[in-house]
Amino acid sequence: MIAPLLEVRGLRKYFPLAKGLLRRVTGYVRAVDDVSFTIQEGETLGLVGESGCGKTTTSRCILRAIDPTGGEILYRTRDDTVVDLAQMSAGQLGPLRKDIQMIFQDPFGSLNPRMTLFDNVGEPLLVNGMRRRQDRMDHVVELLRLVGLRPEFMHRFPHAFSGGQRQRIGIARALATGPRLVVADEPVSALDVSVQAQVLNLLLELQSRLRLTFLFVAHDLSVVRHISDRVAVMYVGQLVELAPTAAIFSRPRHPYTAALMRAVPVPDPRVVGDDGILPGEVPSPASPPSGCYFHPRCTFAEERCRRETPVLQEVTPGHFARCHFAAELELGVG
Amino acid sequence: MPPIPTATEPLLRVRDLRVSFRMDEGTVRAVDGVSFDVFPSQVVGIVGESGCGKSVTMRAILQLIDPPGRITGGEIIYRHGATPIDLARLPPRGRMIRALRGAEIALIPQEPMAAFSPVHTVGSQIIEAIMLHERQDSRPVGRDQARAMTVELFRDVGISMAEQRIDAYSWQLSGGLRQRAMIAMALSCKPRLLIADEPTTAIDVTTQAQILGLLRALQHKYQTAIIFITHDLGVIAQMANYVVVMYLGRVMEEGPVDEIFHAPMHPYTRALLRSIPSLQTEVRAALPVIAGTLPHPFNRPPGCPFHPRCEDILPEHCATAVPALHSPGPRRAVSCFLHSDLAEPA
Repeated sequence: MIAPLLEVRGLRKYFPLAKGLLRRVTGYVRAVDDVSFTIQEGETLGLVGESGCGKTTTSRCILRAIDPTGGEILYRTRDDTVVDLAQMSAGQLGPLRKDIQMIFQDPFGSLNPRMTLFDNVGEPLLVNGMRRRQDRMDHVVELLRLVGLRPEFMHRFPHAFSGGQRQRIGIARALATGPRLVVADEPVSALDVSVQAQVLNLLLELQSRLRLTFLFVAHDLSVVRHISDRVAVMYVGQLVELAPTAAIFSRPRHPYTAALMRAVPVPDPRVVGDDGILPGEVPSPASPPSGCYFHPRCTFAEERCRRETPVLQEVTPGHFARCHFAAELELGVG
Repeated sequence: MPPIPTATEPLLRVRDLRVSFRMDEGTVRAVDGVSFDVFPSQVVGIVGESGCGKSVTMRAILQLIDPPGRITGGEIIYRHGATPIDLARLPPRGRMIRALRGAEIALIPQEPMAAFSPVHTVGSQIIEAIMLHERQDSRPVGRDQARAMTVELFRDVGISMAEQRIDAYSWQLSGGLRQRAMIAMALSCKPRLLIADEPTTAIDVTTQAQILGLLRALQHKYQTAIIFITHDLGVIAQMANYVVVMYLGRVMEEGPVDEIFHAPMHPYTRALLRSIPSLQTEVRAALPVIAGTLPHPFNRPPGCPFHPRCEDILPEHCATAVPALHSPGPRRAVSCFLHSDLAEPA
């Protein structure tokens, strides 16, 4: 089998907590704590979790927007050599940047309001050495068509467009350099329901046309379920479950995943889904609980969960869960 | 869901409400003829996408429309004791509306971080409201008693260590606790009508489930009428017993929650329900979409506001005349030419 396009191994990102006049480091926020997963070429991996779980930090480490504290980020380049993005210098990363691009959450904040669509979408082309204006023009026309926008809009400014249209512009810009891996951080959560579906469909269509690989970061489980081949769930900086989409939604193996699914309000008044509300709150990644991080909120917790930290174990082929009782628990989802 | 209460008199009756914002570029008709009723102890869900006028409608009820916005027509009849009053005609800074705000009609805003003052403790802000509005033996409540009442409220909304937490500042509380404190504040004067404007949009899904459960329990306990605004159809289905669907400042359809979800009449409602990915739909299949985008408020389409995106458009009608809100049965209304020829007077 061919090596995965991306393999993250033991990724860690600790942010220091400084106190006092001398800013002495008194502790660390373990935003990402030993996260490992792979993404095959052409696949979509959905990364879900609640705020503060480390999903955005993970994606920013992969882009090297921030430097990881430890671990490896192995990327298979176009000539099939595997490089570790975590160890590379800024200069070495340069040529790889066009391979890995990002779609942002906020379509209002992520486009330069003083630049026309042509400049916004064409800037990555200029940066990557496309000097002739006419070449860039031709390319931008093609990109705008690709994302379903009329090329005549090219000389307008972002303020003239709605949220959904701006997100299309953001997608066009991410695709300008012909990336292989696209990291999408909450790309539809700022959009209205009727527009959200359009953008999700566009992403699915672009993926099959351009053979893109997606890391899709989101908090909305129904959106993630809709777009992902496999789903990874994070809780307090750790991966607690990783499985193919159908498997994780029909039979979650970690109590947190099951609780997360039950918490989603069902858009049908005949389905009453208010049983099993998860008590308590997400602990701080600066001082996580002992043993299993989830034990204070878990209905199945036993003495062992307080003492022993569980490891991510393969329960059935391809289905991983970080729970001592992953093999035994019968977890309902709705 | 509890059955729809059968009180004969509505607590709140909104009729043909219109709010416009006069800007340099033109006038935006943010609310353009909205009508609905809220009965005592009923939960009315108002659902719609951005710009549909749901929040402006709520601000109009509380007379909180800031210039250049203005209520330009319609009435908001609130049954205050035995005498109905028209909130739309009250001066926004007058005594009457100020006596009603907080005491009889309370608001839970979307962003609890922005709603609490960061320089006063959350407790002191609630104590202030109680001392302002509450009477005991026709005398204002004293500070000590107001404090005791606040601690009691904090326990009611499930805040642990209530005595300590009431002296915390809003920025010291987590998102879930802050929203609970906000609910405590809204309930502090035992309002008859609670307006919850996207109360769970800014918080995580497991916390949202806790807050929704809490609101349901409190609604049951105090029998408060609630207007629940959200864009999340899942939240509406789980919380409301009556639903109003809005689009570009107009009511598209309203009715009991089960009929809206299982027998929707308006093409917009039907399209909206189809387009949401749910935990039940097929994985990685294209979702049915509503074509086009929400029009810019200055470019309101003529005729039915939804007609440029509608699948069932009747070209000779929908682009020229505005369909009137018509009642095909009790507690049901729809504004669409597929169901009635009634048009708004031009």
